[in-house]
Amino acid sequence: MKGSDVTVSSVSKSFGDFRALKDINLEIRKGEFFSLLGPSGCGKTTLLRVIAGFEDADSGSVSIDEVDVSGLPPDKRHCNTVFQSYALFPHLTVYENVAFSLRIKKMPNRLIKELVTRHLAMVQLEEHADKKPSQLSGGQKQRVAIARALINEPSVLLLDEPLSALDAKLRQHMLMELDAIHDKVGITFIYVTHDQQEALSVSDRIAVMNAGVVLQVGSPQQIYENPASEFVARFIGETNILQGKILTREGSLNTIDADGFGAILIDDETKVVVGDDVVATIRPEKIRISNDRPSGAELNVLHGIVEEPVYSGFQTKYIVRTDTGAKVIIFRQHANWSEGIPDIEWKDEVFLSFSARDMVIVGKSA
Amino acid sequence: MKRNYGPRYSAPQTLWLTLFFAAPLVIIITYSFMKKGLYGGVEHEFSLDAWKSMANPTLLSVFLKTLWVSIVATGITILIAMPCGYSIARSHNQTIRLFLVIVPFWTNFLVRLYAWIAILGNEGFLNQMLRWLGFRESGFQFLYNQGAVILVLVYMYLPYAILPLYSTIDKFDFSLLEAARDLGASKMQSYIKVLLPNIKGGIVTAILFTFIPIFGAYAVPLLIGGKDSYMLGNIIADQITKTRNWPLASAISMAVTLLTAVAVYFFLLKKPKPQHVELDSEVLSGNDALSGEVH
Repeated sequence: MKGSDVTVSSVSKSFGDFRALKDINLEIRKGEFFSLLGPSGCGKTTLLRVIAGFEDADSGSVSIDEVDVSGLPPDKRHCNTVFQSYALFPHLTVYENVAFSLRIKKMPNRLIKELVTRHLAMVQLEEHADKKPSQLSGGQKQRVAIARALINEPSVLLLDEPLSALDAKLRQHMLMELDAIHDKVGITFIYVTHDQQEALSVSDRIAVMNAGVVLQVGSPQQIYENPASEFVARFIGETNILQGKILTREGSLNTIDADGFGAILIDDETKVVVGDDVVATIRPEKIRISNDRPSGAELNVLHGIVEEPVYSGFQTKYIVRTDTGAKVIIFRQHANWSEGIPDIEWKDEVFLSFSARDMVIVGKSA
Repeated sequence: MKRNYGPRYSAPQTLWLTLFFAAPLVIIITYSFMKKGLYGGVEHEFSLDAWKSMANPTLLSVFLKTLWVSIVATGITILIAMPCGYSIARSHNQTIRLFLVIVPFWTNFLVRLYAWIAILGNEGFLNQMLRWLGFRESGFQFLYNQGAVILVLVYMYLPYAILPLYSTIDKFDFSLLEAARDLGASKMQSYIKVLLPNIKGGIVTAILFTFIPIFGAYAVPLLIGGKDSYMLGNIIADQITKTRNWPLASAISMAVTLLTAVAVYFFLLKKPKPQHVELDSEVLSGNDALSGEVH
């Protein structure tokens, strides 16, 4: 693996009274596609700027390959940044933009030409070498920015919401391209985004941040399937949140009395004792919706009425009001129309069923 | 049919400019081709004497000196105005700072000139201060030399340089400087390689706004300068009031005007035109999106 590992140790940063980062600790591994994910204002961009050297942390340190780089200016760090606004130099051509860092290094022209040509080819912009940035489309500007950052052969590439200025379809496409570039160059990518879909689809690991704190670090699967807190569960994808009190606990099998749901079985290792107030979650796609009452071991079954079916092609989202008064979201994939399952419509009476093992306790409520 | 009222509405302005700008200019041009009158004024008779007599060494040396003073004063003005404009553009209280730049305009040019005499004079504020601090009793000769002329010229035309520089720097995308630093440039390199080329328009304007009036300076060298500080403006005035050679004064004025006009023309010509070819849509065609982008 090329690239470097990046260690962020107890980094804090304030702007006036606003505490942007509160004691952040992260271990980013060599060659990893690591995402910093969170809502705007959560501190993810500030953290990236601290790693890049644009901001000095008030306390704590950043090391790249075990070397403490805190206090070093950006030009002395072996990482490069792809900026949110691209920050291409408007007075230079595409070629000269990409060649910028090589010219600073006073590399001989012949070598510059060879490197720039290779990097423009990598992002498929050879024909646009002589254009000015103002003549390029958004996606092309994006690729110039990537080539410009990579030509310096950094060991870490920092990407600050690089796709936010593109339209949805192009964004998907550029994301896959970024992933392919990451596979090709093999260096560490640190990717800042507020879009959980983006983060889930390309990251090796994700750090979910909110209000200047890292809430959870893990693989996309861990973050999605096993959110560490209610915030993470709510922020990543859609989910149903249940609040209740532990009634019984045998091994890992708990029964809780959830507000609006009644008694619900949860199979979860989280250490809780009878009487604890907990927050639990169940993902909408893990709930089965049917006209007939299903049966099975450790199965939670609810009965209710469809309040709102939302059809979106590949799936339908149902909002069901249970007899007990809870509002539940269910996703039903349309992969199995051929099985002849009757359509479920507005105001139908339905049964909802989900396994105790799909329930996750995400925290204790105060 | 729609009638074009443009000419009718712009008539007062056209009249005004014709009367007070074009007509005097034509008069000066014609005067320069006439014989000089005995006690000033002109004889209405064609003559190239004025233009011929311009080729004299005194005039040439004054011309070169004027050019030199103008270049030095403009250079110093720009060097001071650049960081000023930059700091105003980056500050949080732009309005107050801009206000402070404009405040001197409220006082008449001549009054401010006399203020400088009061500061720099032998019994002036500066010398009194120095005396009080224990420097030599006889004081220093600050006034009536080339240095004083340049100092006051810089002071007078500094706002004209700060304002255009501020307005271009204000529009500059400062994340470009971060990008330059990120790509290995030092702070100085990022300013020279990225900031300067992108504010070139502002620099050109600032140079024009200071160089042209300084080149035609009259009052500053007259009141602040010594015998050796004579500039073209003073020569022209002398030709009118003392030597009473109106055709020569007219010819020098015309020569200066022409020279500046030609210089400005070439200066502006060198400025690259901004390119604005916006591509609004990016066409994605299936999986083969990259090669499918149409331009």
